[in-house]
Amino acid sequence: MADTTDSDGHTGTRRDFLYLATAATAGVGVLAFAWPLVDSMNPAADTLALATTNVDLTGVEAGQAITVMWRGKPVFVRHRTQGEITAAESADLSTLIDPEPDEARVINPDWLVVIGICTHLGCVPLGQRTTDERGEYGGYFCPCHGSVYDTSGRIRGGPAPRNLDVPEYSFTSETSIRIG
Amino acid sequence: MAHGSSGGTPFKNPVVRWVDSRLPIFSMMVKEYGQFPAPRNFNYFWNFGALAMIVLMVMIVTGLFLSMHYTAHVDYAFNSVERIMRDVNFGWLMRYIHANGASMFFVVVFIHIFRGLYYGSYKKPRELLWIFGVIILLLMMATAFMGYVLPWGQMSFWGATVITNLFSAIPLVGDEIVTWLWGGFSVDNPTLNRFFSLHFLLPFVIVGVVFLHVAALHITGSNNPKGIEPKGPQDTLPFHPYYTIKDMFGSGVFMIIFAMFVFFAPNYLGHADNYIPANPLVTPAHIVPEWYFLPFYAMLRAITFNIGIPFTGVTIIEAKLGGVITMFGSIIVLFFISWLDTSPVRSARYRPIYKWCMWLLVLAVVVLGYCGSQPAEGLLVVVAQICTFYYFLHFLVLMPLLGKLERPLPLPRSISEPVLREPGAGPLPAGATAKPMEKS
Amino acid sequence: MWKRACVLAALACVALGGPASASEGATHPPAQDWEFNGLFGTFDLASAQRGLQVYEQICHACHSLNHVAYRHLGELGFNEDEVAAIAANYQLSDGPDENGEMFDRPAEGSDFFVPFFANEEAARAGNGGAYPPDLSLIVKARSGGADYIYAFLTGFEEPPDGEELPAGRYWNEYFPGHQLAMPNILDVNTVEYTDGTEPTHAQMAWDVTNFLAWAAEPQMMERKQMGLKVVLFLLVFTALMYAVKRKVWANVHH
Repeated sequence: MADTTDSDGHTGTRRDFLYLATAATAGVGVLAFAWPLVDSMNPAADTLALATTNVDLTGVEAGQAITVMWRGKPVFVRHRTQGEITAAESADLSTLIDPEPDEARVINPDWLVVIGICTHLGCVPLGQRTTDERGEYGGYFCPCHGSVYDTSGRIRGGPAPRNLDVPEYSFTSETSIRIG
Repeated sequence: MAHGSSGGTPFKNPVVRWVDSRLPIFSMMVKEYGQFPAPRNFNYFWNFGALAMIVLMVMIVTGLFLSMHYTAHVDYAFNSVERIMRDVNFGWLMRYIHANGASMFFVVVFIHIFRGLYYGSYKKPRELLWIFGVIILLLMMATAFMGYVLPWGQMSFWGATVITNLFSAIPLVGDEIVTWLWGGFSVDNPTLNRFFSLHFLLPFVIVGVVFLHVAALHITGSNNPKGIEPKGPQDTLPFHPYYTIKDMFGSGVFMIIFAMFVFFAPNYLGHADNYIPANPLVTPAHIVPEWYFLPFYAMLRAITFNIGIPFTGVTIIEAKLGGVITMFGSIIVLFFISWLDTSPVRSARYRPIYKWCMWLLVLAVVVLGYCGSQPAEGLLVVVAQICTFYYFLHFLVLMPLLGKLERPLPLPRSISEPVLREPGAGPLPAGATAKPMEKS
Repeated sequence: MWKRACVLAALACVALGGPASASEGATHPPAQDWEFNGLFGTFDLASAQRGLQVYEQICHACHSLNHVAYRHLGELGFNEDEVAAIAANYQLSDGPDENGEMFDRPAEGSDFFVPFFANEEAARAGNGGAYPPDLSLIVKARSGGADYIYAFLTGFEEPPDGEELPAGRYWNEYFPGHQLAMPNILDVNTVEYTDGTEPTHAQMAWDVTNFLAWAAEPQMMERKQMGLKVVLFLLVFTALMYAVKRKVWANVHH
């Protein structure tokens, strides 16, 4: 629509600059309005505040496990037996899909703490209960697509690409941990 | 009227051409928003349609994101709103925009309606356009009312109670209708749930009717301050860039006012009692609706007498039903003004008597608004009754009568012509003489 | 024309907007010079922190603060450890545990202020049938806002001559209806301010009102700061739009 008479080029340039500046300002304005709306879908302050969970480990004997909720996800806490610890520590790293030594995945070797979500497509693997199918490495077995994890939560077979994630946690005492 | 609808597609971009030859949305946009010939003499009152469109969009977008955090249950609604205010990222911003946006929407639409009334935009051939507008107003009122219930504060609850109880005035089936509206025996969880559902739905119905409203506008073309049809290209300008830019400028000014409310006086237009959680056992001392309903609320309360056959004591319409009929009637009457107005002249600029009636109507509505905000007692009841009487007198008596009795001022021969002669022209309305827009 | 429209809009807002604020039988609270007033207003954090002390040690015995979480106190200028320490003073009921029993634990930052009374019935029973309202929104939920709260807290008086007060009722100049179940508590109880401020009645009323103003609208400062930027931006945008409009319309004679 730039058909209004344009007697000299100078005016035209200045006018074009004005149009550009205005359009740019309008664009910035629309983006500035959109951002709060988009950001409102991020976790709210109360959701973030619930991001730590305390777990009492007293009474969980070797070979037993408990599942706790953290950020809406199951976290597997397993009191490993000596045999499971040995199996986890002695695994040959070169044969692993996602090589990671066991000591990098635990704080106290007696306790394995992993997020109980299969890294393939988000199902919850079996293996917390002693009666569960645990796969050939004695760790976890995902019923959805057959991923197999060992006693360190590392992926050993099946379609999952990564080891089970280890959440941030710390021991607040001998028998209690804080996740998050 | 469409000058610019040429045959071949004017587009260079091959993708645009491909789409346009199959579904001519781009041609349509160019025709309806690019070349669409608009009278060249719009004043700033003609900005308010575009402003209403902008607020509608802002309301739908903020409402959508608010609904992601809101819980429509009597036990959680109030808390979920407070969570939005305190914990959701920018939640307070979205809620304040949405709450004040409702007020802004009504400010804009009331001015838009005034514009239509003053310049005769409802008259032939724009009757249908006007009727769609009145439907939009009704839908807006329903939407705003139900939205105000959602925070489940004291005013939400008691506003819902009072307004739904209006329907109990309907003879014979009133109580059944109210029970049906509530989904129970009082305003309660089922009521809140359905109000949320409808509050979400109705804005999209509004969008649909707005589309019809705009489509009808593009068939008849716009009215203008002179109220005479354009006689040729010399009387019009292409919508873009002239009016797109002017609308953008107007929306800038509007958004500044809007922002002042949102950021510096977000609760000014609200009521303190709505920050108290709903309590079915305690009615607030003084129930008032939101400001935009006050004139209608005043009309509802103005009917304090039964209507019947004089001297016989026979009551035909009880005061309660009379109030309800009056309130709804004040909107319903708007549907018929295209035919109630018998004047051959559209614009009040050229109607010396009607012009003053028009301002009297504005005054009556503003005074009614004040009456609605105060307790209905003493002199104010009488004032509200007088104003209500004038409101209906204006539409039902003055409009048909003045069209016949009033001698209009001579109309200019065309839109572009009289500008040259205006200084000498007779007594123009106070509003219309003020400098014709820009540099003239 | 635009002027006319503006006037009209302003008229509509002013004439219809300000809802009736006159409550029957109460004096209008005098306006105070709050630091949070005005376009650039900010919270007086020191005063609000003292107000928290007043709330915790006096008001909390009856009034809940349900919408405020301990973590929110971070915005009031407390660091994480201080927030945790404040929260740890309160015990709340949680559970059930693995045996199905409810148990008490100290509150944490993520918990909301623990009310003194477990529920409304308990609060009524403890207050002679009257329900002390929740204070989280009290400043926004009373017309007159902070001015009213301050006037109320300093407005307890002997009833005027000839007016009989029922037992357990007190007289307040600013309370709608004047008679209420809440005693002039700030005259009876006092706090020891950690910052050494002298805890006079007026000082405590001032501080706790500042605290409650924050509690009702914790995003106020963020809101006003953002508002200044937004309005400034819109002014620039509108000025640019006006310039463009002038250019576009320059060749139209009318």
